Amino acid sequence: MQFSKVSGKKNDHKVTLYALSTCVWCKLTKQFLNENNVEYEYIDVDLLDEADKRKIHEIIQDKSGSLSYPTTIIDEKIVINGFRKDKLKEALGL
Amino acid sequence: MTSIEEVRQRAEADAKTFGYYLTPQPELLQGFLEGLKTNEDRYGYPSCPCRLASGIFEYDRDIICPCDYRDPDIAQYGACYCRLYVNKQVYESQSLPEVPERRPVEKQARAYGTPAAAAKQAPAQGSQEKPVVKAEKAQSGVKKKLWYCKQCGYVVFREDPPYICPICKAKREMFAEIESTVEFNG
Repeated sequence: MQFSKVSGKKNDHKVTLYALSTCVWCKLTKQFLNENNVEYEYIDVDLLDEADKRKIHEIIQDKSGSLSYPTTIIDEKIVINGFRKDKLKEALGL
Repeated sequence: MTSIEEVRQRAEADAKTFGYYLTPQPELLQGFLEGLKTNEDRYGYPSCPCRLASGIFEYDRDIICPCDYRDPDIAQYGACYCRLYVNKQVYESQSLPEVPERRPVEKQARAYGTPAAAAKQAPAQGSQEKPVVKAEKAQSGVKKKLWYCKQCGYVVFREDPPYICPICKAKREMFAEIESTVEFNG
């Protein structure tokens, strides 16, 4: 299972984005992180095979229980469902 | 292969029929239409671009756009989960509401590598000899029933009754299961 890494100057948080390649709100989240120069890793879950989807299911359920996209997990503890600029800004100190 | 323009026309026609509008922001709209086209090319049906599909029709039936959750979501929040479809008030205000996921967690979970999905990837030998209906049932394990609207008589053969009757707009509570029995005499 390969996460895509996007490097950025703002790398003081570990940011993981669970996304769908077809989802507009996921694209906007990526765009927002890019614009703010945030370092993050992401995975497009709809492009994975069955075994990896099952792993993602376990990871996300473990953390939040919600299976919606985009889901952004910051420092393994803050879970943000949906494209929420306000919450992302607060959590990342932007 | 479906073109973006066909997807757009279908969505516009459907919005018109139900008295809805498509999202007022052009770049968002374009993104939704592209997502729907990608899913239609990939799965053979335009499943919701904002949700993970399983690729098995019976599992994804409720999230094929327009999804089962659109009408109750627009009634409650003014927009569907994706915010592709909105009501007049949201369209005019240009301010999109947050819409929580209404789809039950059990149905969401079906998209994440279920035994049925694995079975689909490696079909048993000789399975092509089985009748189509049986194969479909065995593959997805979804049990479909006949439901009728007590208000207008609309009948639907699905896993669950609609949230809102598409004919008379009655609520889900107005639907009852039709229990059919076969009697053998003599």
